[in-house]
Amino acid sequence: MSGSRRLLIIGGIALAVWGMSYGLWYAVFAEHQALDSIGASLAGSFAAAADRNPAVMESSLEQYREAKYVYDRQVDVHGHWIGLAMLLIVLGIGFDRVNFPERVRRFLALGLLVGAVVFPLGVLLQTLSHGPLPRAIAIAGSGFVIVSLLGSAMGVVARGSPAGAD
Amino acid sequence: MSTRINSPKLQTLTDDPLTRESERNGFAPLSARRLFLLGGIGLILTGMIFGDIFAIFTLHQNAAQVGANLAAAANAALAGNRHVVLANFQNVGAFLENRGTKVDTHVHMIDFGYLALLLAILQPWVAFSDGVKKILAGIFLAGAWLLPVGVYLIHYVGLAHSPVKTIGWASIAADFGGLLVLVVTFACLTGLWTRFRSERVRPADKLLGDRSTEGRILFAGGLALVLLGFFHGAYYAGADLYKHEAQDYSLLAQMSAGAAAGARVVVNDALTSYGQLQGAKAVNIAAHAHCIEFGLLAIMLAFFQPYVRLRSSWKRRWAEVLLLGSLLLPVCVLLEIKYGLVAGGIADFAGLLIIFALLAMWIGILRYTGELDASMANTPSSGDSR
Repeated sequence: MSGSRRLLIIGGIALAVWGMSYGLWYAVFAEHQALDSIGASLAGSFAAAADRNPAVMESSLEQYREAKYVYDRQVDVHGHWIGLAMLLIVLGIGFDRVNFPERVRRFLALGLLVGAVVFPLGVLLQTLSHGPLPRAIAIAGSGFVIVSLLGSAMGVVARGSPAGAD
Repeated sequence: MSTRINSPKLQTLTDDPLTRESERNGFAPLSARRLFLLGGIGLILTGMIFGDIFAIFTLHQNAAQVGANLAAAANAALAGNRHVVLANFQNVGAFLENRGTKVDTHVHMIDFGYLALLLAILQPWVAFSDGVKKILAGIFLAGAWLLPVGVYLIHYVGLAHSPVKTIGWASIAADFGGLLVLVVTFACLTGLWTRFRSERVRPADKLLGDRSTEGRILFAGGLALVLLGFFHGAYYAGADLYKHEAQDYSLLAQMSAGAAAGARVVVNDALTSYGQLQGAKAVNIAAHAHCIEFGLLAIMLAFFQPYVRLRSSWKRRWAEVLLLGSLLLPVCVLLEIKYGLVAGGIADFAGLLIIFALLAMWIGILRYTGELDASMANTPSSGDSR
């Protein structure tokens, strides 16, 4: 098996195991609390509105915003890690269809793996900091995935015999 | 060793005894690969049909109920009645739970189908005996059906006769199904790891060497769909995601502040905008997710084209139909915001195209298994059959 295929398949399996473990941890220890917090704060803000209590209403809504922001990202992170892992494994299985020399294929495989790890990581970091750095990391990660996928697609369309296909 | 069979079809199956022998070994009756492949496509088909039925008969009605209860909660806040506010939020929770279990049923069936296809591809590299792999495949399929059925029943069974205070029997069954899938997946990963560590024996899998036209169309088309989905996802994240999040908060703030101030017009405007915003978020997320999922499905199906026993021209047509539906569905989902039911109807039609194409491939694979089994029955170990 060529190095690029091995990198994608083993990297994909490792990422899938990591994504599933993270999802399991989140579901067991954090998700129910997050959903309770979202529901309770939203209901609390409307109840405060009924009581004509603007201070509680605003603080409840602010709580809702923060809880929803974190929850959406946690779910996205877990889903994207597993989804990208599946993509890596499937691409790894068929990577000898990419008609480029093994050196280029290894470069594309590395780009895909790095992007698949870094892109959700950037999203996860957004739950810790609302600054520009986590966003930049997520954008860079998704850029790696898109460029490497584009390169792989060009390799599939390109004519020529791949090196090192097994 | 040569064989002679009266049927030309069966003769083609035994033209190359060594090749046929390896195919039989890899795709024998009730073999792990056959179970994973047929079971996986069956799961995806069932999940998609369930999703279509759910979208037509439940999804929109449920969304309307959620919206109506939210509006009732806002109006109760306007009238200063906190008890009605809380009662309506409880209703919203119940409707969201009903919707959530239906979505989970649909998503888990399809995702387990994908996982089954992936495991089917990887079977030659899993370093276990055929018997063990067969048992693992059976356990996987049992779990893959148990989880979605259990999740579907959660809303109806509730906590009736449950030994646990917070979790009902349906949840327990669903969790057990999930555990079975998890155990089999980890077992297969262990088998793979064992194979990777001992590189001495390298199993050859002719399936991955196939470069038929339909296989190439599906692989390249699938990759293009995945790319398209990524482009749209990146565009949505860059252009709309943060805007939508800010709007979500500001509209809810408008609703509650309007209610506190007794401004009915502000509340009603915010409610209308909130409904539209939820629709816009849902179609954007669904469009990019469906595009990537169908792309992955096309890539995985590309590997199995040698097993589809249909005429070459029909294999190509079904591959094209699958790709057409996979492109049309997310595009029309995206257009639903602008063109409403017309786009929704075309999206449903696109879903049907995918279902028909998958069904055709599934039938083709069943025909292949039938021919393979018949050739085995007609070919005694001596290789002299008539």
